[in-house]
Amino acid sequence: MIESLSQPWPWYVAGPLTGLMIPLLLLIDNRPFGISTSYQHICAALVPGRSSYFAYDWKKTGKWNLGLALGTLLGGFVAGSLLTNPDPIAISEATRTDLAALGLTDFSGLVPAEVFAWSGFSSLTGLVMMIGGGFLIGFGARYAGGCTSGHAIFGLSDLQFPSLIAVLGFFAGGLISTHFLLPLIF
Amino acid sequence: MRVEQTNDNTRELSWLAHLLVGTVFGVIVTKAEVISWFRIQEMFRFQSFHMYGVIGSAVAVGALSLIIIKRSGMRSMRGQEISIPAKDFGTGFRVAVGGTMFGLGWGLAGACPGPIFALIGNGVTVMAVVLASALLGTWAYGNLRERIPH
Repeated sequence: MIESLSQPWPWYVAGPLTGLMIPLLLLIDNRPFGISTSYQHICAALVPGRSSYFAYDWKKTGKWNLGLALGTLLGGFVAGSLLTNPDPIAISEATRTDLAALGLTDFSGLVPAEVFAWSGFSSLTGLVMMIGGGFLIGFGARYAGGCTSGHAIFGLSDLQFPSLIAVLGFFAGGLISTHFLLPLIF
Repeated sequence: MRVEQTNDNTRELSWLAHLLVGTVFGVIVTKAEVISWFRIQEMFRFQSFHMYGVIGSAVAVGALSLIIIKRSGMRSMRGQEISIPAKDFGTGFRVAVGGTMFGLGWGLAGACPGPIFALIGNGVTVMAVVLASALLGTWAYGNLRERIPH
């Protein structure tokens, strides 16, 4: 059992399970699926400042969402320690070739160890990808009103037009980063 | 007094329930490898169906669940009527520009908000800095919000 669960889960298993997050959250406590709101709650709790965006009772509004976010971290720990898959991620040969052309050689982890490491902050590549990438994720998700979970999964499931435009934006941005920015910074 | 206490208890339980749901979600995204920078690259290079399959089938199951919930008039375990919030479109600017900014970040860092948490749990501790930067971005948005077009 553990052995088969430790193998990478195919899309037709993982995707439907992810979709079930939507009815699960609605039926437990009438909550909409979405993770990036937790960023707003964390700011409201730690550094509210003067902005009205962070002036609310985060415990009352956000405790459930912070539980969801903390759980996601715990789930990562559980899967990483109990359901470990020792093999490298089986990405396509074409992707491997493209990334090798950028100069990446280590394909053993979940992320490229050459960039996503503490030593990565001493290079422009690492700074742009980790600090720049992180900032854009936080700013963009709240500007757009949701991230992959809130817009791409929940919003699209409800056939909401704003989510469609947001997801098209997600994709446009990702394509620019992949095909234009990465070759510049590597 | 008694009513308030019950509310508090339900809130505690709700928090724990969501911690559990999140844990399941964290296991799913880890085992589906959607938290991997390599998988995100594969997606943005159109070199595998994997990510499209995960997101597409999640949306299909989500959509079907919403139809069933709406048609049947189901209520939550606490008896609330199910409400599905409408995403704000504004003038379209916020979703188009905010979405593109988010996508730029997704393509660089190779992780979106859920996976950032899951990666920290997986022991990729440097993602805590990505999270801190994302919180800084959130904070910057909160403070600029009234001065930028939506």
